[in-house]
Amino acid sequence: MLESVKGFGVTFAHMFKRVVTEEYPEYRKPTAPRYHGRHILNRHPDGLEKCVGCELCAWACPADAIYVEGADNTDAERYSPGERYAGVYQINYARCIFCGLCIEACPTRSLTMSNEYELAADSRQDLIFTKEQLLAPLLPGMEQPPHPMRLGETEKDYYVGALTNPGTSAGAERVKPGGTA
Amino acid sequence: MGIEEKLPAGVLLTSVEKLVNWTRKSSFWPATFGLACCAIEMMASGGARYDLGRFGMEVFRASPRQADLMIVAGRVSQKMAPVLRQIYDQMPEPRWVLSMGVCASSGGMFNNYAIVQGVDHVVPVDMYLPGCPPRPEMLMDAILKLHEKVMHEPLGEKRRLILAEQPAPLVKPGSMPSSYRFNKAKKRQWTEAVEQGTEEQLRIENWMKERAGL
Repeated sequence: MLESVKGFGVTFAHMFKRVVTEEYPEYRKPTAPRYHGRHILNRHPDGLEKCVGCELCAWACPADAIYVEGADNTDAERYSPGERYAGVYQINYARCIFCGLCIEACPTRSLTMSNEYELAADSRQDLIFTKEQLLAPLLPGMEQPPHPMRLGETEKDYYVGALTNPGTSAGAERVKPGGTA
Repeated sequence: MGIEEKLPAGVLLTSVEKLVNWTRKSSFWPATFGLACCAIEMMASGGARYDLGRFGMEVFRASPRQADLMIVAGRVSQKMAPVLRQIYDQMPEPRWVLSMGVCASSGGMFNNYAIVQGVDHVVPVDMYLPGCPPRPEMLMDAILKLHEKVMHEPLGEKRRLILAEQPAPLVKPGSMPSSYRFNKAKKRQWTEAVEQGTEEQLRIENWMKERAGL
């Protein structure tokens, strides 16, 4: 007789315990800082794109989710410092497994990952993200490309300067006020 | 898609539509269709921490006859495809399919002879959820987006024709991320961003702000 009531006691005691359930849609708990989420194509501090269209990310991708087509910069129409930029850049999120190998392969720290994960869509077409969708927002002081190089004479100035002034990839690397990543 | 398709001509159901859709989305029972690692995340979503019971879908039905939603969680092999189709055919109308994870959505990284390259080759899919595997929040986001789609579904063929003539809503039902849709300020932000076509930039901008505040 007493044993059967004891069982209810366990259930009743749970009413006074801390609730573990996450209130997801109303409150989104921050992920781990290095959670692999949606990609970002970063910009230099003057707004030029960091991507040089080298396709190393596409080569590194084990799921063949990235498609890049390089194009040539000209003095009249410049999207990135240096010779080339990505004319077409697509990531197919219906294939991407968020392994981060593309991030490791990227030589200019152009491709980084955010912690955004709400990516579900009702068509496969909507899951293919184009360059316009992947590009980082223009922060204050940035200018929409194409425009000439503002931070120096050659692309070298950009890459040397990136150690202290990383543009939008600072968000991904969480640069401390001291300057170390 | 359900019994309303059998209605005789001349019967219009506009205000009942909302109620019917609400009842449909409020007890959206999923059929268990765990095929691989995504199933582990699907089980986690049903557990105490994420608790799908909050949306009235804690009962994962083992029988397709009692299920409304098929969550295809994992890669579908060529051998599994006819089984999957049979389970789908056994589900009563109205029914929905959620393709969970990249393998179910497109074959993912398994681009080979053994895996069906996307479950939409076999059954019609209502929501694609990327991720390998998607975390439980991602699954809940996909489910909530599907809820929104269900809420906007026309009741009967005539209503469908009427809605098809009206201009499409600016924000397509089922396209707004759930954490934005359930927050009034963020919902407004998103709607404004869609007008300018910068919703993806808005996400990143908000994430950067959130990150800087940590």
